[in-house]
Amino acid sequence: MEPFTRLTAVAVPFGQSNVNTDTILPARFMRRPRDERYPDYLFHDRRFLPDGSENPDFVLNRRVYRGARILIGDTNFGCGSSRETAVYALRDYGFHALIAPSFGDIFAANCIRNGLLPVRLEGDVVAGLRDIAASAAPAEMTVDLEAQRVLAPGRAAVGFDIDPFDKECLLGGLDDIDVTLRGEAAVARFEAGYRREFAWLYRRSR
Amino acid sequence: MPAPRTIFDKIWDRHLIEARQDGNDLLYIDRLLVQENVFHAFDNLRRSGRRVRCPEQIFAFTDHYVPTRDRDAGIADPEIRNMVETMQRNATEHGIALFGLGDVRQGILHVVPPEQGITQPGLIVAGADSHSSTHGALGAFGFGVGVSEATHILATQTLWRRRPRTMRIEVSGRIPLGVAAKDIVLHIVGRIGADGGVGHVIEYTGPAIRSLSVEGRMTVCNMSIEAGARAGLVSPDDATVDYIEGRPYAPRGEDWDRAVAWWRGVATDEDAEFDREVALDADRIAPMVTWGTSPEDVLPITGAVPDPAREADPERRDRIARALAYMDLVPGTPLAQIALDRVFIGSCTNGRIEDLRAVAQVVEGRRAAIPSTIVPGSGLVKLQAEREGLDRIFRDAGFEWRDAGCSMCVATNGDMLQPGERCASTSNRNFEGRQGRGGRSHLVSPAMAAAAAIAGRLTDVRALDRQG
Repeated sequence: MEPFTRLTAVAVPFGQSNVNTDTILPARFMRRPRDERYPDYLFHDRRFLPDGSENPDFVLNRRVYRGARILIGDTNFGCGSSRETAVYALRDYGFHALIAPSFGDIFAANCIRNGLLPVRLEGDVVAGLRDIAASAAPAEMTVDLEAQRVLAPGRAAVGFDIDPFDKECLLGGLDDIDVTLRGEAAVARFEAGYRREFAWLYRRSR
Repeated sequence: MPAPRTIFDKIWDRHLIEARQDGNDLLYIDRLLVQENVFHAFDNLRRSGRRVRCPEQIFAFTDHYVPTRDRDAGIADPEIRNMVETMQRNATEHGIALFGLGDVRQGILHVVPPEQGITQPGLIVAGADSHSSTHGALGAFGFGVGVSEATHILATQTLWRRRPRTMRIEVSGRIPLGVAAKDIVLHIVGRIGADGGVGHVIEYTGPAIRSLSVEGRMTVCNMSIEAGARAGLVSPDDATVDYIEGRPYAPRGEDWDRAVAWWRGVATDEDAEFDREVALDADRIAPMVTWGTSPEDVLPITGAVPDPAREADPERRDRIARALAYMDLVPGTPLAQIALDRVFIGSCTNGRIEDLRAVAQVVEGRRAAIPSTIVPGSGLVKLQAEREGLDRIFRDAGFEWRDAGCSMCVATNGDMLQPGERCASTSNRNFEGRQGRGGRSHLVSPAMAAAAAIAGRLTDVRALDRQG
């Protein structure tokens, strides 16, 4: 995984709560391989009209937001289905950081493992950042993971919290499977006792 | 005396392998359930040269992409066929039990494991699907994972996780006639909101929850994720133990006694504390129906389409207006006057035998006014329904009777709504385009879906009963 340290990029305001992963990646694209077409699947049914042309009203299609790498959403962004392909689509389109008051739990976990940084901030702070992204478009913002802060034009830096393990994995581009496998001995020890206690879980069905 | 603990804490503590200082815990995973969309996880494994660590703890299902009719004809769409075949190939290659096409046990990954006794109290059941919260109905800690976490489990049989907050939802009172488990959970989602459970695991308690069958509890736990909670569970009781006994993967003999002792002990202790408490009264719950594009957009069938102009909060006003535009609904329209094009009955929320019995009770001797489809949750549910003669009732009432799968709930196998089509659905998500691009979904209980099929519009199943 590509490490995430610090990102300076145009931010796009996406001011809707409960944006679900079906909207981010319609289910019919889940069966497609992750190839060069993947960026087109992002928000597909809102970005494109039924005839395949771009929907001029959709925010990502506005010229000032082309090339945006930071998306500023609203509460419960990425709710719904566990499909990690929604994260693939955001990532392959070019997003590296998302800012919102809250994220769907499964979605946020998926983001971390794909180098997409979910930044949680208070609702009014996020609304303020969205306003800047909208009124000063194209507004460049900086998401600094090392220092855990967001910089936006015309306002003081905002600090954010992040799980230390998630931060470590993102900064180092680490694969958490490697981390776990380094502790395999502890897993094997645990499992030996567990299998004795719950032997029936390991028997084949009758 | 040790401090009283919740079922959730007991399960967590028993599965804890290692606790990092920063609050991340390494948990042992008892079962991982996978379906066709997980092909990326097997690709990840292959790329990294890793293998499946514990194949006997992984269970594979073909449900999202399988045809629900004309199975003998095969799958025409090469992309869809490839999804099913890839799952079969990966299961074979890694020595994983597969509940696949041609097997009478084939079905949805949240219907089959309880049916087979694979899901048991006290277990951690991870599923590569957000509705894995369903397994909580048996007192398991069941939650959905993405492909990366599924890969982690395949390779290590463990998962890193921070302990979520706990929420108790106590449902007191008695469930009125005509009101189902689905109505209770829709009511809950409406009450706490689509993000009300984010960061939490929910335990459902109270006499109304206790009075539900295990299958009804599955419906409730299933939709925990629609309130943002990754997991929802019910402490095991006699009903849970009775449900599991004799199922193919259930423990037997001495194992059985030891298992039951563990299951009973894992239930939440009296006086255990929760981070958040919600209380509601079942007596006040009516049959529910969604009007918008989030499961939180829900009202009793006796209500009317809300008016965004009367909403003070601008964000919410915009959201309602947008939902109504998509749903093509006029504010103030009584919900029971909304005409439908189609009815879908099935899914991991409502595709079990009791759901089908509830449908049969309503439609027996009547005729569907609109195209209506019933998709059982598993091959064994289908077989059971046919043994009981329910298929006859459905066919006589003009319903289509299909083979098992996710079908039109997720619309990835080709079963889908056409643009503009309006559907009463027993599934779990009314998101824009969820059941097909431009499709409009109204989530309801099985009995309400059955009544809607007969009336050709949304209708109060209790009124239909009175008309006889």
